[in-house]
Amino acid sequence: MTSQSDTAANEIGKRRTRKEDARLITGQTNWTDNIQLPGLLHVAFLRSPQAHAKILSVDTSAARQMPGVIAAYSGADFAAEQGSLPCAWPVTPDIVIPNHPPMATEEVRYGGEIVACVVARDRYAAADALEQIDVDYESLPPVLDMEAALADGSPKVHEAGNKSFEWVFANGDMEAAFRDAPVVLERTYRQQRLIPCAMEPRAVVCAPVADEYTLWSATQIPHVLRVMLALVTGIPEHKLRVIAPDVGGGFGSKLQVTAEEVLAVLLARKLGRPVKWTESRSEGNLAVHHGRDQLQRIRIAADADGRLRGLSVDLLADMGAYLMLVTPGVPLLGAFMFNAIYKMDAYSFKCTGVFTTKTPTDAYRGAGRPEATFGIEHAMDDLAAELGMDPLALRRRNWIAHSEFPYTTISGLTYDSGNYEAATARAVELFGYDDLRKEQEARRASGDPVQLGIGVSTYTEMCGLAPSRVLGQLAYGAGGWEHASIRMLPTGKVEVVTGSSAHGQGHETAWSQIVADRLGVPFEDVRVLHGDTQVSPKGMDTYGSRSLAVGGVALYGACEKVITKAKVIAAGMLEVSPEDLEWTPGRWSVRGDPDQGKTIAEIALATFAAHNLPDGVEPSLDSDATYDPESFSFPHGTHLCATEVDTETGRVRIRSYVAVDDVGTVVNPLIVDGQVHGGLAQGIAQALYEEAAYDADGNLLTTTLADYLVPSAPDLPTFVTDRTETPATTNPMGVKGVGEAGTIASTPAVVNAVVDALRPFGVRDVEMPCTPQRVWRAINEARGAAR
Amino acid sequence: MTKISMTIDGVRYEDEVEPRMLLVHYLREVAGRTGTPIGCDTTNCGACTVLLGSSDGANPNGDKLSVKSCSMLAVQADGADITTIQGLTNGEGAGEAGARLHPLQRAFHEEHALQCGYCTPGMIMAAADLLRDNPNPTEEQVREGLEGNLCRCTGYQNIVRAVLRAASEGASS
Repeated sequence: MTSQSDTAANEIGKRRTRKEDARLITGQTNWTDNIQLPGLLHVAFLRSPQAHAKILSVDTSAARQMPGVIAAYSGADFAAEQGSLPCAWPVTPDIVIPNHPPMATEEVRYGGEIVACVVARDRYAAADALEQIDVDYESLPPVLDMEAALADGSPKVHEAGNKSFEWVFANGDMEAAFRDAPVVLERTYRQQRLIPCAMEPRAVVCAPVADEYTLWSATQIPHVLRVMLALVTGIPEHKLRVIAPDVGGGFGSKLQVTAEEVLAVLLARKLGRPVKWTESRSEGNLAVHHGRDQLQRIRIAADADGRLRGLSVDLLADMGAYLMLVTPGVPLLGAFMFNAIYKMDAYSFKCTGVFTTKTPTDAYRGAGRPEATFGIEHAMDDLAAELGMDPLALRRRNWIAHSEFPYTTISGLTYDSGNYEAATARAVELFGYDDLRKEQEARRASGDPVQLGIGVSTYTEMCGLAPSRVLGQLAYGAGGWEHASIRMLPTGKVEVVTGSSAHGQGHETAWSQIVADRLGVPFEDVRVLHGDTQVSPKGMDTYGSRSLAVGGVALYGACEKVITKAKVIAAGMLEVSPEDLEWTPGRWSVRGDPDQGKTIAEIALATFAAHNLPDGVEPSLDSDATYDPESFSFPHGTHLCATEVDTETGRVRIRSYVAVDDVGTVVNPLIVDGQVHGGLAQGIAQALYEEAAYDADGNLLTTTLADYLVPSAPDLPTFVTDRTETPATTNPMGVKGVGEAGTIASTPAVVNAVVDALRPFGVRDVEMPCTPQRVWRAINEARGAAR
Repeated sequence: MTKISMTIDGVRYEDEVEPRMLLVHYLREVAGRTGTPIGCDTTNCGACTVLLGSSDGANPNGDKLSVKSCSMLAVQADGADITTIQGLTNGEGAGEAGARLHPLQRAFHEEHALQCGYCTPGMIMAAADLLRDNPNPTEEQVREGLEGNLCRCTGYQNIVRAVLRAASEGASS
């Protein structure tokens, strides 16, 4: 590895290459599927081939006779002990949370639901035996369309009906806002269903020793998982250890308590032997929770000059067949984001959670905020077109001015900081906005078959999930704090324990930079430990762009505690009063006599020896800190996309993409750029390529990566990225979070660009993903309508 | 069961395997070379890419082509000479910091061409084959050349940059 050791302080903002790369680029990784244990057995699951059916019988007897098979079970065999998979976010008092057994017992409600399992000596034997299980189904009608599901007489997914909840929010006088409004825009947008597709398929290993269990899982949430497994299985929490080893991406899909994890524990308990399950990609596409899937009805009232008066949002959100860990909460994270960066007089939001016979939905990169941002940013471009205004001018007319921060929005959140003017000015400059508009005009005038479109997205998001008090008000089942601890080793090296659980984000590097910066120790001297409840007993894990904005700030607090402890011990060593000392990173020295001082390493060694500590001082520099954010953080930015749309074939090509983001203080620009790139790719993928498609019987059609079009390198452009830096004022580091920004911003930028190219044809929307076929149809339908 | 033999990262293996065993399962579970992961079952993602050549010794490195080891049977690789990601840093000192990294590995690190790292072994092996075939590719040729390898984290921008950097540093030689 390249060493960049120089001065230890001023680490914040340095382009450090990553520590975690050393094992990842050499194949020395520890993915869950790599784990081998003596006597390890392999589990395979039989999944429902039907979207909706009664289970009449399950016969596992033939499977049990197969060579190498240890056991085979149906849901009935576990009925007494398997409990129900947890939903931690009952968003309303009258929400319907259906029973959700890990292995179905009476009815299956989506294709891919587990009905039986085999435990065998190897994975091939387990797969063979699955074919010997005989299941008798009685087909029931599938429920696939949300509007139809809510209509009277629809077949029911659950006995209680197809509506899970209705959640409303309103502020301001909507009636006044819409009364006599010069312009009222009404649109319905569809957020298609997506499959997260982390590159590492899920895997789980559970090893029992007496009445204690160790579970390895490809999870984002080892700490939450441990608590939930204890509650579901009844195994006492202190006898469960959960380890997230190297985890190959998550994007929300591994923010879950899964049937497979629960069943791995139950099987290990029943058999007293270690078990392992690794999913295939096609199994994953069926059974890993999906994302998005909303129908958004949006109404905007505006003045003739573009000033926003009111915004009304009516959402249908597809829950799929069951409520998973945070399924109902996902669309509500968008409730506070539809108003985005704009001022308005009134806002109302309604979300109806709907059950269908599809794979359950849950968090996927951005979770509720990409959906909301798409809705408002698409509507703003549409409103600009309606008014004959430049879309950037419409935004300037309505956004919160830099001078107005802190600003409490119509949805009740207080944005601490932001500078939409600066980010937009920089994006416009990098993009060459005016020149591209001129080229667009020329192409329109000449009737060029390849039209140019320009899409705007001036997004913000809320991250740093989350103030525990706010989560309580929203009926979420846990807090939003994060924990960190520091162990000062005798030789001056530092071990950091974090409750964040990285799976690609680069915590080992960024956290080392924070400690090096605060304590003044070399970057190389810090080691970061995470992802094992025995090593890191406290944590709320990694999701929602929270790691730095919550976990990083917790670590900052832990550093401050070390410095404070070191001060007293240094004073004893120097035989001066603590009040006479001053701190420069890495060293306490006597004020006015800087040669008299002790480095943190010297203090650590003296603390370890403990021969001559001041009276009453404990021989430890170690510290713990738990940080509960006082507010969300609000990254923002301006993204501009130019697309070339071939009006004869419908093909869309991204000509240029500029992203200027403001994520507050940057710890490592290399990592931040990488997060933005990857986020953009996922947002663009939603705009142009990806969709979880079902047939009329409710069969998922996109079960492989040949059908579900995760973009590859030639499908994406080279991005132009830059930043403005407006530090958050609600935490001492000024950080905001960056994990989801690119995904949130880019989908509307791309779709707006596609629609912008086609507005002269009368096209007002192209449903996502904007495939050549959809684009071509939109053009020809608009042409037909015009005739 | 069928008896097969092959060389993996410079070590010779002989085993009895079921004829249906996938090469990637042989690498991971029989030979214990877990550096090569599995990302899909349909040859789409390329995470399991390794380099494979004949082991007649005539040209032990020059003729190795990238293959997706999830779509080949172990018995089809009988007699082959295989290099995995772990073989790129083979030999003593491989565990030491900064030791013996292949130019592609170095470039992936320097350019931050990986995040979770799951696609990285396959991406690097595919890039090695790409640079063998075309030592001085353009950006577009790199993108086209890596079309068979999926990454969900990086948006490919830094992967492309890393491959171009490795090419400029003579990775193909």
